[in-house]
Amino acid sequence: MLRFLLRRSVSTLLVLLVLSAVVFLLFYATPGDPAILACGKGCDGERLAVVRHKLGTDLPLWQQYWHFLQGLVAGRDYDAGTDVTHCAAPCFGYSFQTDQPVLGMITSRLPVDVSLTLGAMVIWLVVGVGTGVLSALRRGGITERLLTGLTLAGMSTPVFLIGLLLMMLCCSWLGWLPFPQYVPFGDDPAAWASNLVLPWLSLALITAAAYARMTRSSMLETLAEDHIRTGRAYGLSERRVVTGHALRGALTPVITLLAIDVGGMLGGATLTESVFGFDGLGRLLVDSVNHIDLPVVVGVTLFAAFFIVLANAVADVLYAVADPRVALA
Amino acid sequence: MTERLLVDVRDLRVSFPVGIGTAGTGTVTAVDGLSFGLRAGESLALVGESGSGKSTAAFALLGMHRGTGAEVSGTVRVAGTDLATATDAELRRLRGNRIAMVFQDPLSALDPYWSVGAQIAEVHRVHTGASRRASRARAVEVLDRVGIPDAARRAGAHPHEFSGGMRQRALIAMALACEPEVLVADEPTTALDVTVQAQILDLLHDLRQQTGMALLLVTHDLGVVAGATDRVMVMQDGRAVEHGSVQSVLRAPERPYTRALIEAVPRLEARRSAPPVSEEVLLRVEDLHRHFPAPRAAASAAASLSGPGQAPGSGEPSGEAEETGAPAGRPAAPSGGLGRLLGRRPRHRAVDGVTLEVRRGETLGIVGESGSGKTTLGRMMVRLTEPTSGRILLDGRDIAAAGERELRPVRRDLQMVFQDPVSSLNPRRSIGDSIAEPLLAGGTGGAAARSEVQGLLERVGLPAAWYDRYPHEFSGGQRQRVGIARALAVRPRLIVCDEPVSALDVSTQAQVVQLLGELQQEFGLALVFIAHDLAVVRQVSDRVAVMRRGRVVEQGDADTVYDSPQHPYTRRLLAAVPVLDPDEAAVRRRARAALRALDRSEGGEEAQAVA
Amino acid sequence: MSETATVSRPAAEATEPRRRGQVWRRLRRNRAALAALGVIALLVLFALAAPLLAGLEGQDPTTFHNDLVDSATGGVPFGSFGGAGAHHWLGVEPGNGRDVFARLAYGARVSLAVAVGATVVQIALGTLIGLAAGLGNRLADTVLSRAMDLVIAFPELVFAIALMAIVPDGFPRPVLLALVIGVLGWGSPARVVRAQVLSLRGLDYVSAARLGGSGRWRIARREILPGLAGPVITFALLRLPVNVASEAGLSFLGVGVRPPTPSWGQMLSTATTWYEVDPAYVLLPAGLLFVTVLAFTVFGDGLRTALDPRAASRLRVGTRRRAKD
Repeated sequence: MLRFLLRRSVSTLLVLLVLSAVVFLLFYATPGDPAILACGKGCDGERLAVVRHKLGTDLPLWQQYWHFLQGLVAGRDYDAGTDVTHCAAPCFGYSFQTDQPVLGMITSRLPVDVSLTLGAMVIWLVVGVGTGVLSALRRGGITERLLTGLTLAGMSTPVFLIGLLLMMLCCSWLGWLPFPQYVPFGDDPAAWASNLVLPWLSLALITAAAYARMTRSSMLETLAEDHIRTGRAYGLSERRVVTGHALRGALTPVITLLAIDVGGMLGGATLTESVFGFDGLGRLLVDSVNHIDLPVVVGVTLFAAFFIVLANAVADVLYAVADPRVALA
Repeated sequence: MTERLLVDVRDLRVSFPVGIGTAGTGTVTAVDGLSFGLRAGESLALVGESGSGKSTAAFALLGMHRGTGAEVSGTVRVAGTDLATATDAELRRLRGNRIAMVFQDPLSALDPYWSVGAQIAEVHRVHTGASRRASRARAVEVLDRVGIPDAARRAGAHPHEFSGGMRQRALIAMALACEPEVLVADEPTTALDVTVQAQILDLLHDLRQQTGMALLLVTHDLGVVAGATDRVMVMQDGRAVEHGSVQSVLRAPERPYTRALIEAVPRLEARRSAPPVSEEVLLRVEDLHRHFPAPRAAASAAASLSGPGQAPGSGEPSGEAEETGAPAGRPAAPSGGLGRLLGRRPRHRAVDGVTLEVRRGETLGIVGESGSGKTTLGRMMVRLTEPTSGRILLDGRDIAAAGERELRPVRRDLQMVFQDPVSSLNPRRSIGDSIAEPLLAGGTGGAAARSEVQGLLERVGLPAAWYDRYPHEFSGGQRQRVGIARALAVRPRLIVCDEPVSALDVSTQAQVVQLLGELQQEFGLALVFIAHDLAVVRQVSDRVAVMRRGRVVEQGDADTVYDSPQHPYTRRLLAAVPVLDPDEAAVRRRARAALRALDRSEGGEEAQAVA
Repeated sequence: MSETATVSRPAAEATEPRRRGQVWRRLRRNRAALAALGVIALLVLFALAAPLLAGLEGQDPTTFHNDLVDSATGGVPFGSFGGAGAHHWLGVEPGNGRDVFARLAYGARVSLAVAVGATVVQIALGTLIGLAAGLGNRLADTVLSRAMDLVIAFPELVFAIALMAIVPDGFPRPVLLALVIGVLGWGSPARVVRAQVLSLRGLDYVSAARLGGSGRWRIARREILPGLAGPVITFALLRLPVNVASEAGLSFLGVGVRPPTPSWGQMLSTATTWYEVDPAYVLLPAGLLFVTVLAFTVFGDGLRTALDPRAASRLRVGTRRRAKD
C-alpha cells in the first residue's frame, strides 16, 4: 500500500509538472501580449513596461515558468516598483484584470461545481445502474427494448439541450420550479436543493445513459461467466445469483468510471453552468478565455487537471479494494 | 430391479436453435436418444470426441438446459425427481444437494470476488439452512477432506490465490458440501497437468469409495476412463455407440468407432522404429535464459485496456506448486530500498539455463507441464522470442543476439508449427495466400508460388483446389495441416512443433503425428516436438528432454528416459500418465499413493522450496 | 467467427466477400439501424443542398429582416411559430429576423463538416499513434501509452475552450474547431487501435509471417492492418455523434463558430434568452441536433452489433466453449 501511494504520488506529480509546462507554453508562447490586456485602456509605453515587469512577461519563457512553479510551492510577489502584490503559498497566478489571486477565484466557485457534481452523481448512479441492471435481466423482453431506446435517446441529448428544454418545460410553461439560481447550501439548504434539481437532472441524464449502457453490457458479460453457471448448478436462487454474485462483478468497472467522471466534473461542468447561469469553474474559464485573462485560464486548466489525476489515483485504489485479484503495486 | 436407480435417463434428446443470421433458423441435435442409469456407488464415464454431445447430456442431469432455449425431450429422473416436471424450486433443491457438478475450468467456475470458503458455505447454507458458523465449519471440513493443507486458513483465500489443482479440489469440496448422492464431473482434469490430473482422479476415486456416491465422468480421454470408472459409454454424434464395463469395452471393443478411438490413444509403450540419425549437430543452445517481469496483477484502472505484454510465455505460470497450494509465479514481497518501492518488479525465470542440442534429421521431444518453460524455449530456438542470455548455435554460428536483418538468411532454416489451429492462420487471408506468404516475401513470383503451394497442399493431404478457401471453413486438424504446409514452404531444416496436436481430437492427433513423421523422412527434417503429453512425445522422439521450472531436469535417448528415468520428477511424471488397461491403472494408482506417502514422510521438500 | 471455428463445411464455397455479405444481412435485419441510415442520408442531403433549398425558399442565412421582428419587445418575430409562413418556412430569428430555415440548413453543413473533419483527424491521429505504440519498441509504447492516458483523461471541453482562445481571429473557425476537437480526441481511438494491434501481434499467424521472412512493414500491411478496419470504422461512426455534440457545445458557449456563420449550437445559445416568447426558435435546432446525434448513434451501434454478433449470441448456458479468435 505504502509502495503504491509513493509510486502514485510521484507519477501524479510528474504528470502535473508535464501538464503545467504544456499549458504554460501553450498560453504564454502564443501571440498577443497579456500585458497589454492587463494594462487596460489608455496604456502608454512606460506603464506597459511596468506591467510587463510586474507580470514577469519581460523575462524569458523558461524563467516565467520557473517563477510560476516557485509561486506554487512558496508563494510569490508581483513587484510593480511602487506596489508589491503578494500571492500566498499555492500561488496559481494573479489576475490583474480582476485584481485577485487566481486560487481565490477558483475556490470561491468550487462549491457550485461540488454541489452540481455530487447531486447529479447520485441521480445518474441510481438511474443509470438501475436501468442497466434491469435491461440486462429483462434481456430480450419489451422492457429491455424500451430501456435501450431510452438510453440511446439519453445519450443523444447534449447537456445544454436537455437543460434548456427542462427549463422551458418546468419553469416557463408549467411553472413548477423557479428559474434556477445558485443558493449556497449554508444559506438555505432547501432553496439550494430546489434550485439545483434541474441542473442535476440535465447533468445526470447523459451520464446516466452512458452508465446504463456500460452496466448492461458488463452485467450481461458477468451473467455469461462460468461461475454464474456454477451458482445455478448448485441450487442458488436466481435472485441470489444476481445479487450475490453477478452484481458485484458487473459493478466493479463502474467504480473506475465514476471516479473519473466525478473528477472531470469537479473541474467545471461548463455547459450546465452556462445553461443555468451558475458561476462555477467552467464559466470562469469561458469568461477568462473571452477576456484573455491568461493566468486564470492556466490556473483553472491546471486545477481541473489536478482533479482528474487525483480521480485516477482514487479509481485505482477503489478498484483494488473492490476486486481481490488486483494488487496495488 | 433390486435397487432403485439414482439416475435414470431414457431416450434423452437435446437440441439447440442455431443460425443467428446465416442459414436461417434451424436446430442442431446435440443429444439424440440417449439412455442410461446409475445406482448408488456406481460410476459411468461418458466418452466422446468434441461435439459428441457428452457435456450436453451431463448438463441435462441437473436440468441446466431449462430456460436456455434448448429443447429437451425424453425423461431424466434424478433421485426420484422427474426433471421435466419438477418446479424451479424442486430443481434447486436437487442441484448441489443431491446431485452436484464439477466443471472443466475451475478458475472460471469459482466466483473471483468471494473467498473459496464462503462459496462453499453459501451452498451448504442454502440447502441445509444451517447457521453461518456451522456452514463455515462445514466448508473447512470438506476442504480438509479433499486434501487442502491448512484448510481453516485457506478457506479465506480467493480462487486466484489457488493453483489449478487446488481450485479443482475446492470445487470438488463444494460438491461434497451437502453429501450428494450423485457427482457429475465434466472434463474435470482437462485443464490440468498430468501429475495434477492423477491426483484429482485419485481423489475422486477415494471419495467414491468412502461416500458411496455415484459418479458420472464426462471426458474425451479414454486413458482417464480406465482408472476412474466401472462402466463406460462411448458417444458419437449424440448417440451411444457402445456401452459396457470398462474392462470389456477397453479390452474388446465391439464397434469400429470405439476401436478407432482406442487405437488413436497414444501409448507410453509405443516404440518408434526409426533409422539411425546422424550425430551431426544442427542447432545447439547453451545456457539459455529467458526472464520475464513477474506478472503483476495490479492493473492501473486508467490503463487497464493496455494489452498483454508480448511473448506468450509470460502468461504461463500456473499450477506448479500443487502440493503447497501457493500460487505459482507470484512475485515475492518486495523488500527495502526506495528503488524497490518505485519500480523493478521481480523477474520470472521462464527458461533458466538450458543447454541441449538438436541433430540433423532427428526428433527431439521436449516434455513438461504448464509453466515449465517449454514453449518459451521453443520460441527462442526459432528466434521468435529473444533470449535474455545464452547462445543459440545454428551450424556453429551464434544467432542468439542477431538482429532481424542478420536473421533474414537463417529464418527459412527454422520454422514453427503452432498449438492453436485458430490463431495460427490469418482469418482474412485464404489459406493458399498464407502458405505462399513466405515464398512471396522471398521474391518468388505469384504463379510459381501458387503451383508450389498447391503441391504442398497435396503433400499434406489437402486438395490443391482448396487454395482459395478461408480458415473458418477448415476443421482443427485441417488447419494444422495448413500450418505444416506453411512451415514446409521455405524448405526448412528444423521445425519446432509446439503442442501441435494438443488442441485436436485423438483420432485427428494420430493422423497429424503420422504426417509429421512422413514429412520428416521425406525432407530430412529435424523436429523439436514440444508437448505435455508424455505418450505422444515418446511416439515421435528419438531423444527426449524433460523440463521443469525453466530447467531441463533430464535428457537423453527416449527409451532410456522412459524406461529408466533417473530424476524423481520424471518418475512422478511417468507414474501419473493414464493407461488404457484397467488393471494396470489400479496398480499405478496404488503406486502413486505410495509415492505420495513417501513424499509426505520426507517432509515435502517441494513445500519448502516454494514456500 | 467463433461459431464456425471448428465446423468444417466442405461444400460451401464461402469466401471473404461472404463475410462482408453477412454483416450487411445482419445490418439489414436491424430496422432501427436502417431507419437511422435513412435519416443520416436525409441530413447529408439537407446539408449538401443548403444553397439550393434556401434558393428555393428565396432566402439566405445572413440577411437581416428588421421589419419582421417587433422592435418594441426587443425583437420578437411577428406572427405565430416564430413568424413562419410562405416566405420564411420556419420563421425568422428573434432580434434580427434572419431566416431560420436557411440558417438551419447552412448550420447542418457546419455541424456535419466539423464533425466529420474532427472525426477524420481523431481517427487518423489515433490510428497512427496507436499503430506506432502497438508495433514500436517498448519505450515508444510506454511513452505513447502514457500520452494516451493523459489525453483521454483530460477534460476535453476545458482544453478546447482554452485552445480556441489563443488562436488568432483570422483563422477560419470551422476548420479550427475540427482541428481542436480532433487533436484533443485522438486518445481513445489510439487506445483501441493499440489494443487491437497488440492482440493481433500476439497471434501465431503473425509469428508465422515473421518466421517466413516477412519484414516489419510487410507484416503490418498484410497481417495487421486488415484486422483493424472493422474496429476503426465502428469507432469512427460512434465518434461522429459525439463530435457533433462537441461542436454544438462549443458554439453554444460562444467559443465555437462565430456569427454570421450559422451553427445549431450558436442558435441554441441565442435561444436561451428567447425561449419564453419564441419556443419554436429553441425547438427547431434542438430537435435537429437531437435527431442527428441519435441517428448516428443508433447506426453506429447497429453496425457494431452486425460486425460482432458474438456479443449478442454469447449467452448460452451449458455448452459454452471458449472461442479463441
